[in-house]
Amino acid sequence: MRADHAYDHDETVPHTHPEPGVDPHPPLPQLDRAVRIGIGGPVGSGKTALVAALCRALAGQLRLAVVTNDIYTTEDADFLKRAGVLDSARIRAVETGCCPHTAIRDDISANLDAVEELEDALGPLDLVLVESGGDNLTATFSKGLVDQQIFVVDVAGGDKVPRKGGPGVTTADLLVINKTDLAPLVGADLAVMDRDARARRGTLPTIFQSIAQDPHASQVAAWVRHVVAHSRGLGHAGAQGDSHAHSRTHAGAEGHSHADAQDRGPAPAGVR
Amino acid sequence: MHRTAYLLLADGRFPSGGHAHSSGLEAAVAAGRVTDLAGLEQFLHGRLSYAAPVTAAFTAATHLSAARTGSAPSATESDVTVPFLSLDRELEARTVSPALRLASRRQGRALLRAGRNTWPSELYGQLPKHPDGPHQPLALGVTAAAAGLSTEEAAQIAAYGVLTGPASAAVRLLGLDPYQVQNLLARMAGACDEIAAAAAAVAHKSPQELPAHAAPLADISAELHATWEVRLFAS
Amino acid sequence: MRALARIVAEADGRGGTRLARLRGEPPLQLRHTPDGSPMATVHLIGSAAGPLGGDDLRIEIEVGEGAALCVRSVAASIALPGRDGAPSRMTVTATVAAGGELRWLPEQLVAAAGCRHQATSTVELAGGARLWWREELICGRHDERPGDAVVSTAVDYDGGPLLRQSLTIGPGTPGWDGPAVLGGARATGSLLLVDPDAAPTPPVVLGATAVRMPLTGPATLVSATAPDAHVLRGYLDA
Repeated sequence: MRADHAYDHDETVPHTHPEPGVDPHPPLPQLDRAVRIGIGGPVGSGKTALVAALCRALAGQLRLAVVTNDIYTTEDADFLKRAGVLDSARIRAVETGCCPHTAIRDDISANLDAVEELEDALGPLDLVLVESGGDNLTATFSKGLVDQQIFVVDVAGGDKVPRKGGPGVTTADLLVINKTDLAPLVGADLAVMDRDARARRGTLPTIFQSIAQDPHASQVAAWVRHVVAHSRGLGHAGAQGDSHAHSRTHAGAEGHSHADAQDRGPAPAGVR
Repeated sequence: MHRTAYLLLADGRFPSGGHAHSSGLEAAVAAGRVTDLAGLEQFLHGRLSYAAPVTAAFTAATHLSAARTGSAPSATESDVTVPFLSLDRELEARTVSPALRLASRRQGRALLRAGRNTWPSELYGQLPKHPDGPHQPLALGVTAAAAGLSTEEAAQIAAYGVLTGPASAAVRLLGLDPYQVQNLLARMAGACDEIAAAAAAVAHKSPQELPAHAAPLADISAELHATWEVRLFAS
Repeated sequence: MRALARIVAEADGRGGTRLARLRGEPPLQLRHTPDGSPMATVHLIGSAAGPLGGDDLRIEIEVGEGAALCVRSVAASIALPGRDGAPSRMTVTATVAAGGELRWLPEQLVAAAGCRHQATSTVELAGGARLWWREELICGRHDERPGDAVVSTAVDYDGGPLLRQSLTIGPGTPGWDGPAVLGGARATGSLLLVDPDAAPTPPVVLGATAVRMPLTGPATLVSATAPDAHVLRGYLDA
């Protein structure tokens, strides 16, 4: 571990917050194409609902398109079309040959084709959301396909999921712990999930949310705006105080955010 | 020297989009025509007798055309693009199902993407432009040439891919014993070698003389499959 | 037995078609069967006894500018083995000039047990020519496994390839009646329609084993398999 890396993954050691305003990650390279954000996670964790919420929140602000990788070709794409959150011309479904993780990680060609077809058909885009099919905790996106990835788990999957870790929980650029409104019903301890996520993820941000209570997934949408702004070379110049790092927010569960000054979600800086 | 390149390109893990194509097996399974290992064996024999000669011959002919360009610096670009275009049109006329034409071009586009990144070459740019991509056998022939393989190796990879694609899909769709499926493929190896050798042997012929085997159910079930609301494989 | 038949159809200048040449020889006998329409209709007669192994039969057809010709047969042909195991051949070559129309609508070809038959058709269509071309292949007579048969069709339109297909059946080809090829169907066939004036159409599913598909070019192809010749004709009737 590098000396300047003051974080420790050991749960027994108190977790150290990074300096506010210091982004622990190198900035995304400036892109001359749409930012691609992967959204993965286990079956039923709410990926499609999150995509729908992000479309609601962002479709009026960003030039947006969605690629879905459901195990069944058009299931998720149809859900989005029915939900009416995005014009159907902005949604493509990719067949995955029974292997959703292969299509997003090992052989990304069909997804790259889908992204390029959307760009060809729609003109320049700001953001492409690539939704994986429901898979297991090891399924992550190839860096050849996406620039950033969100991993979605839900409290109903058990509060042990963050502790179990796996590449999705541990390395995703953003971990979303979904359906917090169900926590009392399923006996999930959000504090335990928060502690375990911190231990697993170091400085990487985690957002607790309930789309039932926040249909626009405000905190995640803010994070996405931030990523898009960074890729455009915006946001970094004035990033002092912009706490990309270690957001630890708890949106929606009680109708408001627990974010404090140092722990607020990423600032949606400079996005049209 | 290039043996590893040969294995790389033949490997099912080469990221060229093949994992999402069952080459008609998903439709055959849904129609109840393939339910077990014996059905898969019949299916694969059909694919080997009908699809592989065409695929392998067009791959080999493209390879030969590309390799000749590479070894003859005096050849002008039109020397090679005319045969490529002719190969493209002849293969198009052999692929009567629009769904299969699209599947072939999508796989060709994916292979081209992988090939360009793995073995960069100017040859890829000489393939005829088409919005859905080049036909897969043309993309394979050019990629094999860029990788430094022989015409025989290109044909062998093509014939082998005709078998392994649906075999792999069968393991996923039917839950067949993977050892039994590998045993089946091993038993078909001799037949596969023969088809590949025959394809390489006709690679020098004019495109219109290349094999044109048609399998009615391949076309019919590809079109039925394309109408499904819910499918696991792209073809 | 070797035989050659020739049909040359020309526009008669009055909106109809004249047969400038109509010549056959046994077993390829031809009869002009006028039906009052502007299209000339010719029937192939008495072909049911063959072809036999060793036969080499050829038909040459020319349709001139603005002419319209329909060729039918009065009965199915049955490919039968010869004594020495020699293959039988039927070779059809046709050219259709601009504005001309050819309909090739013979009865079925039945591949009888033990046959070794090769049917090869080559059609050259000028730009603006029209074509109906039907091939029907029945795998054996009643309750009979067929011999080996290959039906190859190559159609060019305006100097480029429009259709190339070669259907091989019989015990010499592994997997021929299996799930990737015929799925146990005893009858299979296709109907090619070339019409330069027709608007492009999407594929149409006609049944569980029959589809109509647009080709790349001004043409559609109906392809079908069926349990018998009657059901097959239902898909390919023209």
